[in-house]
Amino acid sequence: MELTPTWYLILAAILFAIGAVGLLVRRNPLVMFMCVELMLNAVNLTFVTFGADLNDIGGEISVFFVLVVAAAEVVVGLAIIVAIMRRRSGATADDLAVLRG
Amino acid sequence: MLATGEATTDMEMVVFLIAGFFAIVGALGLVFSKNPVHAALSLVMSLFAVAVLFLNQDAQFLAAVQIIVYAGAIVVLFLFVIMLLGVDESEDLSIEPIAGQRPVALLIGAAVLVLSIIFVAVSVDGGATGAEAQVGEKVDSLTNSSQVSATELLTDDVPGEDDAQIDGREANPNIDQLGRTLFTDYVFAFEITALLLTIAVVGAVLLARRPKGELAPMPELPVLDEGSADEADESADDAAAADEGSAS
Repeated sequence: MELTPTWYLILAAILFAIGAVGLLVRRNPLVMFMCVELMLNAVNLTFVTFGADLNDIGGEISVFFVLVVAAAEVVVGLAIIVAIMRRRSGATADDLAVLRG
Repeated sequence: MLATGEATTDMEMVVFLIAGFFAIVGALGLVFSKNPVHAALSLVMSLFAVAVLFLNQDAQFLAAVQIIVYAGAIVVLFLFVIMLLGVDESEDLSIEPIAGQRPVALLIGAAVLVLSIIFVAVSVDGGATGAEAQVGEKVDSLTNSSQVSATELLTDDVPGEDDAQIDGREANPNIDQLGRTLFTDYVFAFEITALLLTIAVVGAVLLARRPKGELAPMPELPVLDEGSADEADESADDAAAADEGSAS
């Protein structure tokens, strides 16, 4: 069987869906964050696949910027989680309902 | 891939199947592991598998960066925070805190999966002829090997004279081309990236800094009055938490 870009795209779709389900189901904010990373990675795989298929380096450039934004996002998000956990250890995502005005 | 022939395609398929299997197993492990540390390690497995898939598509630089930045920096940062906060105790996954959350989440996940696969099928079928034509016209003026790989993906037989041209070319055209494009066409975005990282670092320091004086305790959650089911779940949750506390 020949390996076409469709295989990669379907694998990326599966990874994205698993990440989305994890984000919706899990309550630990750290695990939810990791699920977001997984979804970003699935999208990166799609970018690389289309870049290779369409013979365009722009796909890989996009992945490069997604990586940078993911790093910045993790730094800020983990700082927020640390700030929340310091006030109340063992907080879950549901506890953030106290932010409701 | 630079090597040629039908065997290469088979090998790529084998690599794809193995790496894809590990990527999915890692993703499932991330979602279903009770311990956050195990979840982080499963994420590393998935990220490594995706890095192998990048290599399989001639994106060598991104595969290296994927391992260095994701597995080396981001997941280590996650593990640091897990250890720092001491939240590495297991979470009881059998409790469903919000009634109906999981069926709805599974439904949404299945919808995302089905819709994106439909989209992939439609877009690849519709775009294949265009991509083939585009690749075909560029084959004459080959400047890098990723074009060869694109041709290989689309057509089974690669002309022999192309292979002879590959050998005389630069060591890694992928990184060469990536760097050239990044510092010419996308140089403004690259500069903005530096600004973004600076802002992220300053924000992280501000957020994580321990403020002077006592911290005001976070207010307790108001009791939800949406039905007795929620309250029952909450009390079960509390009981489980108490059990875990006494066990450890």
